[in-house]
Amino acid sequence: MEKLTNRSVVASDKKMTFMERIYVPAILKGMSITITHFFKKKTTINYPEEKREFSKVYRGQHVLKRDDEGRERCTACGLCAVACPAEAITMVAAERKPGEEHLYREEKYAAIYEINMLRCIYCGDCEDACPKEAIFLTDRIVASELC
Amino acid sequence: MELTTLLFKTIFLFIILLVTLVVAMYSTYAERKVAAFMQDRNGPNRAGPFGLLQPLADGLKMFMKEEIIPLTANKYLFILGPSIAMTTALLTGVVIPWGDTLTIGDHVYSLQMADLNIGILYVFAMVSIGVYGIMIGGWASNNKYALLGAIRAASQMISYELAMGMSIIALVLTTGSLSLHDIVAQQHGMHWNIFYQPLGFFIFLTCAFAETNRAPFDLPECETELIGGYHTEYSSMKLGFYLFAEYVNMFISSAVIATLYFGGYNMPFIDQLGLSSNAVTFIGMGFFFIKIFAFIFLFMWIRWTLPRFRYDQLMNMGWKGLIPLAIFNILATGAYYFFTSLK
Ligand code: SF4
Ligand code: SF4
Repeated sequence: MEKLTNRSVVASDKKMTFMERIYVPAILKGMSITITHFFKKKTTINYPEEKREFSKVYRGQHVLKRDDEGRERCTACGLCAVACPAEAITMVAAERKPGEEHLYREEKYAAIYEINMLRCIYCGDCEDACPKEAIFLTDRIVASELC
Repeated sequence: MELTTLLFKTIFLFIILLVTLVVAMYSTYAERKVAAFMQDRNGPNRAGPFGLLQPLADGLKMFMKEEIIPLTANKYLFILGPSIAMTTALLTGVVIPWGDTLTIGDHVYSLQMADLNIGILYVFAMVSIGVYGIMIGGWASNNKYALLGAIRAASQMISYELAMGMSIIALVLTTGSLSLHDIVAQQHGMHWNIFYQPLGFFIFLTCAFAETNRAPFDLPECETELIGGYHTEYSSMKLGFYLFAEYVNMFISSAVIATLYFGGYNMPFIDQLGLSSNAVTFIGMGFFFIKIFAFIFLFMWIRWTLPRFRYDQLMNMGWKGLIPLAIFNILATGAYYFFTSLK
């Protein structure tokens, strides 16, 4: 079988040679490795001050969008909830009353729309399923207290 | 004793105590920084600039924690354990010569609390008593993990104290004195004992790691097997004492190593600079602390490099490795002095 890395070694329980038994060469070798790491650039990203660069397609916090006139787009069709593999979305639909046309674009709207952020796996399927282009996953990081 | 001398000694004692505690405190910070740096991390950097207030925050946390004494524990011994550990750790600093003499007015003061003529033996005695802190604490907890940790600590200490003592015998053969003051005074210039006793130094260093229970010899408290070892049942500042005593021990061991093998406060070529004796003393003291910090760094460097030894490896190395080596070292040193004296 082809080896996965060029660093793999065959384990064996052969008797240690003298050089191995006095440990010192191995210890010195290990110490030389750690000291080089001591001066290496640190990989830590100091989060609130520094931010990691995000990919353009990063999927973060969800939003329900409004249209150009400021009306809610969602019509509470439930397709997103059906599409959701994690079953994270629940909603309660309500009928639009006369006089509320400036608030809701469709005749039906979501009175309550909840996504359980502990269940959500940020797959973006809800975004794909939505026929009204209402729900989107933004590049915002989900704050931990929302969970 | 004159009053001025007494006053000087008292002030000096407090300074030494303070320095020891502060160094130990910041060793905990340094340890975390060194560990982080060796693992390509940043380490504590939130409390104060560069995280410098982290030790204070840690100490505060320790004080605020609930004090728990297990019902089945032996209460007096349970409290006695950490007290012994801390006290003995601090007591050793008394015999270490922190610097040469200081001249104030027409008085000459020695920067050593007590110049015992058996200084080395005193250090050994204190280190040996230190194991009682661990043993009593582990036994009084009435917990099998704590007891296992305590037993390991005791056997490890006994095994390695032998080799350590024997490496010192060879050193005493070369110096001809047990007083730490004399030993340092003899190493003036570049006559550091490390050049005369390299093997002895190596043995001593290894044993110092074992005596301070530092990795790779931290079997008494190995988290992976014994939860916390002897301090499993401890909480609050009693746990803090145990952990802190380890850092005090590390500081003192570094000081002892620097004193015995690296010339203490002696700095090469200081005589050629033509400075006043007080300036020489202060520079020497600074140099001594640089040596100490270098050894503390070495302690940490090794801790974050090596995995823990297995128990049988530990015992094998102590009894079959270091002790024969130490005996050989004594013989070789003795033979050398015997044959050079013949000529
Ligand atoms: S992103 Fe995926 S898991 Fe999260 S709510 Fe949308 S469909 Fe469900
Ligand atoms: S699929 Fe779109 S329109 Fe339908 S309920 Fe979900 S968000 Fe609203």
